[in-house]
Amino acid sequence: MDPIRVLIVDDEAELVTALEERLNLRGFEASGVTTGAEALALLGDEPFDVVLLDLKMPGLGGLEVIRRIKEERPGLQVILLTGWGSEEDAKKGQALGAYDYLMKPVKISELVRVLLSACDRQEEGE
Amino acid sequence: MEEDQDQLISRRRYRKMVVIAAASVSAVAVVPLVIMSGITYHQYQEIIRAELTRPMQRFVSAGKLSMESFLSERLSALAMATRENSFEELRQAGKLASLLTNFNETFGGVIDLGVIDEEGTLVAYAGPERLQAVSYANDQWFREVIARGVYVSDVFLGYRNFPHSVIAVQHHAADGQPYVLRATIDTDAFHWLVRARTDRRPEQDPVCRRCHSLGLQPFSDAFILNRDGVLQSSSQLYGEPLQSNPLPELPPSSEPNLLEVVDVGGEEVIVCYAQIERSPFILVALSPRMALHAGWLPLRRDLLAFPAISIALILAVVFWGSIYVVSRLREADAKRAALYHKMEYTNKMAAIGRLGAGVAHEINNPLSIIIQNAGLLKDLITLHDGLPPREKMIQLVDSVLNASERCGGITHRLLGFARHMEVQWETINLDVLLREVLEFLGKEATYRNIQIEFKFPDLPPPIVSDRGQLQQVFLNIINNAFAAVADGGQIEIGIEQVGQAVAVTIADNGVGIPEEHLEHIFDPFFTTKKGAGTGLGLSITYGIVQKLGGQISVESKVGEGTCFTVILPIRRAHV
Repeated sequence: MDPIRVLIVDDEAELVTALEERLNLRGFEASGVTTGAEALALLGDEPFDVVLLDLKMPGLGGLEVIRRIKEERPGLQVILLTGWGSEEDAKKGQALGAYDYLMKPVKISELVRVLLSACDRQEEGE
Repeated sequence: MEEDQDQLISRRRYRKMVVIAAASVSAVAVVPLVIMSGITYHQYQEIIRAELTRPMQRFVSAGKLSMESFLSERLSALAMATRENSFEELRQAGKLASLLTNFNETFGGVIDLGVIDEEGTLVAYAGPERLQAVSYANDQWFREVIARGVYVSDVFLGYRNFPHSVIAVQHHAADGQPYVLRATIDTDAFHWLVRARTDRRPEQDPVCRRCHSLGLQPFSDAFILNRDGVLQSSSQLYGEPLQSNPLPELPPSSEPNLLEVVDVGGEEVIVCYAQIERSPFILVALSPRMALHAGWLPLRRDLLAFPAISIALILAVVFWGSIYVVSRLREADAKRAALYHKMEYTNKMAAIGRLGAGVAHEINNPLSIIIQNAGLLKDLITLHDGLPPREKMIQLVDSVLNASERCGGITHRLLGFARHMEVQWETINLDVLLREVLEFLGKEATYRNIQIEFKFPDLPPPIVSDRGQLQQVFLNIINNAFAAVADGGQIEIGIEQVGQAVAVTIADNGVGIPEEHLEHIFDPFFTTKKGAGTGLGLSITYGIVQKLGGQISVESKVGEGTCFTVILPIRRAHV
């Protein structure tokens, strides 16, 4: 089975690289960018199965990015990452078509579970 | 300590309010009362005096007329006798005796009659004495009657040791030689004239009867003096005639004249007097000043008691009222202060909540980095045989350390903020303080692309103020600015010295505040954020700025933006 291709979008570069590596170790094919604009550009070039998107970013914010993704590729699954106190924005994101949202700081097992369920796959080993 | 002093100052302030309120109200109420009472007092005094002196004046003017007619009647009778009888006829003893009888039948009180020739020798006499050929040539009275034609003597005791007076007229005999007809009259008549209440009724004298009806008050006295001030009639106060010189010299007056003098006994008296024409007599009515007081004192007591009681009541009511009102004011102030403190507390809690949310938000990012990097390290150790390469481990641990330091910085700032919740005066650089405040909001500014521009022309002077309170003030205002601007909006922060104060302006290009809201913007519980705001933020901000001795104002235009100006004194404000 092909690995799930994940695009991680977060303005914290160190978080992006760490998540990238951890997901790759778990059999995903993850890449990361630190701005919404880069994410949209990369999505135009490469195929991804799911996008892990931070809501609060300088420049192009998470809500704007999800709106554009859903315009261009409605089938692409988007999982939102959000901080404490921003549930309202997360709900707005869901209304725009996000699959689910996760509260920071997120547990890797939780992230993997949501990514798999977003792509309709069973977790390996279960 | 400071609070005690504040309390002391405020207690002094309220006491001052009581004094000012009571003094001004009392003055307004009491001054007209005192003036009116003074006028009334004076008028009553005049009335009482007039009541006392009017009978005296009436008595003197009527008594003067009576005495003048008494004397002129007798002088006319003498003149008539000289005209109707010749000198020779008068020299006959029988004629003179019949004239005497005739006089006494007509008006009485004539003791004797005498005829004196030009040499001053008594040539005829009718009366109780046996006087023959007495010479009056060297007597003062004789010279006067020859010179003036008429004479009325002072009262004297004479040979008979009985008070009497002499009246005399001069006439020219057929041969042209002058002679004098003289009568001795009993001055008891004067007693009846001047002493209306005497037991001896002068029924036989119509003049006296007329005078009799003019009563004086019981405490008044009336008597006759001569021009030298010697008592000529008996007096209730000064005794028998010729005994004393009871009053100081009275200025001559033919009309009744009122005067206050001190008598021979040292008592203050009110006298009314008039000179009797063609005689040496002065008719005097007199009342002791004490008598005036006797009538006046009870009235005076009433006249003084009324305003005194009124003033006492007014003062009592005014003082009680002032104390009541001021104490109510003080209670209201205390309530307001308590409410203010409560509101301040509520706002502080809201600020802490906002701060907490901000901190949680801020701390989530480095925390995520820590968790994911530490997780990755564990992954690398557990998912592979053996340890990951050394460089990789160092890189991950560094990443964890960096993120932990970020967390440390955040908690450090939070601690600093919490510490400054306590009131304390210190020297503050406003630019540094404003940058600190903005650090809390920095992330939001970045996310929302809000441009924050500082505009300080020079180094702003440091001010002495309360750091925590100022942080709260600027956090509130800048938060509002953030709420007002759209993403990508602009906020301009300026600091400028204005005299002995520093003005901080925070201007945004946000939605602006409608004019009808502007005047309520600092009112407690006024809010336009439906359901979201407490409506306390700006009112608390206003209160804090006031407390720090500053001023806050706002200008705004809908669609163009809002500018808050906070003016803070450079030196510590004593409020």
